[in-house]
Amino acid sequence: MSRPVQTAVQELAARHRLRWWEALPWVAGLAAYFLFPGYLAFGTQVLVTILFALSLDLVLGYAGIVTLGHAAFFGAGAYTVGMLAAHWGWSEPLTGLLAAALVAGAVGLASGWVLLRTHGLTLLMLTLCTMALLEQAANMFSGLTGGFDGMPGLAFKPILGLFEFDVLYFRSQYLYALAVLFACFILVRLLVYSPFGRSLTGIRENLLRMHAVGAPVRARQVLAYAISAALAGVAGAVFVHATGYVNLAVLGLERAAGVLIILILGGHGRLYGAFVGAIVYMVLEHTLSKAYPTAWQLGLGLALMLVALYARNGLLGLAEDLRRRWSAR
Amino acid sequence: MDLVSILLGGLAAGMVLFIVSVGLSVTMGLMGFVNLAHGAFAMLGGYVIVYSMRHWGLAFGAALLLGFAAVAALAVVLERTLYARLYRATELDQVLFTIGLVFVLIALVTLAVGPESQRVVLPAWLDGQTDLGFIKYRTYSLALIAAGTLLMLALWLGFERTRIGAKIRAAVDNRRMAESVGVDVGLLFTLTFALGSGLAAVGGGLGAEILGLDPQYPLRYLTYFLIAVAVGGLGRVTGVFFAALLIGVLDFTLKIYFPKGGTMFIYALTLVFLLARPQGIFGKAGA
Amino acid sequence: MSAPAAGAGRVLLETQRLCKSFGALEVARDIDFRLEAGARHALIGPNGAGKTTFVNLLTGVLAPSSGRVLLDGEEVTRLAQAKRVKRGIARTFQINQLFRGLTVLENVCIAVAERMQAGGAMLRPAGLRTDVTGEASRLIETLRLTADAGRRVAELPYGRQRLVEIAIALGLKPRVLLLDEPAAGIPSAESHILLEAIAALPREIAVLIIEHDMDLVFRFAQRITVMVSGAVFAQGAPAEIAANREVRAVYLGSALDA
Repeated sequence: MSRPVQTAVQELAARHRLRWWEALPWVAGLAAYFLFPGYLAFGTQVLVTILFALSLDLVLGYAGIVTLGHAAFFGAGAYTVGMLAAHWGWSEPLTGLLAAALVAGAVGLASGWVLLRTHGLTLLMLTLCTMALLEQAANMFSGLTGGFDGMPGLAFKPILGLFEFDVLYFRSQYLYALAVLFACFILVRLLVYSPFGRSLTGIRENLLRMHAVGAPVRARQVLAYAISAALAGVAGAVFVHATGYVNLAVLGLERAAGVLIILILGGHGRLYGAFVGAIVYMVLEHTLSKAYPTAWQLGLGLALMLVALYARNGLLGLAEDLRRRWSAR
Repeated sequence: MDLVSILLGGLAAGMVLFIVSVGLSVTMGLMGFVNLAHGAFAMLGGYVIVYSMRHWGLAFGAALLLGFAAVAALAVVLERTLYARLYRATELDQVLFTIGLVFVLIALVTLAVGPESQRVVLPAWLDGQTDLGFIKYRTYSLALIAAGTLLMLALWLGFERTRIGAKIRAAVDNRRMAESVGVDVGLLFTLTFALGSGLAAVGGGLGAEILGLDPQYPLRYLTYFLIAVAVGGLGRVTGVFFAALLIGVLDFTLKIYFPKGGTMFIYALTLVFLLARPQGIFGKAGA
Repeated sequence: MSAPAAGAGRVLLETQRLCKSFGALEVARDIDFRLEAGARHALIGPNGAGKTTFVNLLTGVLAPSSGRVLLDGEEVTRLAQAKRVKRGIARTFQINQLFRGLTVLENVCIAVAERMQAGGAMLRPAGLRTDVTGEASRLIETLRLTADAGRRVAELPYGRQRLVEIAIALGLKPRVLLLDEPAAGIPSAESHILLEAIAALPREIAVLIIEHDMDLVFRFAQRITVMVSGAVFAQGAPAEIAANREVRAVYLGSALDA
């Protein structure tokens, strides 16, 4: 084998290997636990959002499916653990996560199987409608879901029977969310670098060619959609475990648009975009939106327009461009 | 409420939906641009119309004209400077850009006017009831139905019978073909975008009495506008007309009989409909 | 319509009275066509004659209005595109259809992995499938894309991208290879690389080439089919086609002068 090919093969074989800096988010996550004990409730929300955005990255960033309704799955997971705990006394968190993943994954599988036949505006509308449908259903069947007010004051059993949920300081919630995020991240990372993940990228890059190499395109898309839905469901479940309530806001347009914005700001199709996007967005929102809500909205709007026009790969893409330009000098 | 009243109420709401959405349908069909900011143009128009009536004492008709002109002018500027850069961009970029624009416009309106809801004062001749012989009904709702129907006819004639209408139809069906026979598609884009946004502005003003008017308007009704367009079919005036009326009547009826989960049926129906006919009511297969 | 070529080998791909219309527009009319094992067959005709439509009917992108498509004697008329690929029909596109954001190596790997039924595997990194990367690198060397193996396709000149198209198709180990205007868009200075690549295609593959470059057609083809307005106008050996007055009148005259 000649040199350039060999180099390319080696580069490909090394691509999935862990880099040293990939330990940073987890070190920082643990450090934050000790450094900011007063902000763990907020930190837990950030971790949940990272997981949610990560699940979206799989369909949007890798498979290239543009959806406006991803909160449907977050909500499905959230309501699953909420209803199990409120009506059937099933308040063990880890099996709750599993149940949430199964229910949300099943919703993803069913809706993906039907919806992913379409594309473009129709698909956008259908994802939006599916989510709105679930939202309205949650509103209507108030006997089960608590309707508009949702289900407040849910109590869950200690994690692994050992760690009580900490209502005041969110210490166990934070670590729990961090652990779940870590496990899900490992799974997503594995998928992304597998032949399956590469075929999703292929579908995003050129659908026509993917059909022409004989790939079962729709089956792959539906599978990715279902896995992503299950992960979003886990995020929703962790959210409910941590906060002890669930209401209609878990599956509204606002949450769906929010996670889309977060992922795009951070950079989609690159795993760590979800981390950067969620942290930057939520910290800014936390500090600005209460004090200057209108200015926050104005700034966010302008940022989105600029990203769409000039920085299509988000903050991480921007950083990469800068680094490339730096090293080219 | 009796059946005729419900029907008239639903039709009036449907007409508002039509007036706002028709521009979105044509621009989306023509440019293939996912413009989620369309509702923001309707909101801006609503504000111009309500504000100019209240503070400058403009007559209703004059205010509608002003709203149309102001928003159409803004639309031209935005289309030339910003939208045009994204015609070849991905759907995702278009979605992001227009969501961003919605946020900016919401924030600007909040800063300029305030977050509170605006009350519309109808002129005396539109207030009150009209006796139709078989039923007495709100004059304004009847006027909306008449206005919407007239607009529909005017647009239909414009599309079917004028040169520019023919060009638009040709460009919707096959842009490259239209370009190759010498249609200036860029100019066509700007014109239809201005017209569509201006109509949205008029719809925002006319509909403020029914839909309300506050800075959150573009987000609250986004799904409705999109449903009307998707069900009606991209670039199909008559399709959007019937889709909007259908949604208006259904929504109005369901909200009376099932105040709690009524809208669920709208979404469910839309879902089923779009799966069966992704190209809309009158859309051509494969278009 | 002329008779099958003398000394015909085994017929690998065959169409019988294949028709396709879009509404009133007939784009394929009663096409009877045979491609033999190991054939070097060219399909020529004026623009809009329906050549690409015919390829789309063969590969299953379009479903015919009537008629049959047979692969090695088995009917595949209603088979989906992916299934036909699995049975050995591969194609290249008139306009490059590549994974532009990925490297040349990855582009070929995707095709090879799909052929090996390994495209959906989830738990092992793709780069560690040495069988896939090994075969892909051999193909890249065969097509002399060695220097570009690690580059993103979007960075390559158009002519080299055309070679990636062929590498991807060969990665599917086809029995039948359909080349849709492989030389289109290649500057003449680079076209010799493509010619060599086509000349070096494995003998056992039956190749159908659509091409406007008559130089290439007559150098490559052992048999030529001429299509005009959706129907087969003439078929035969290159010398017969070149001598055919009617063909010269409708097509070759202008093409040869150009």
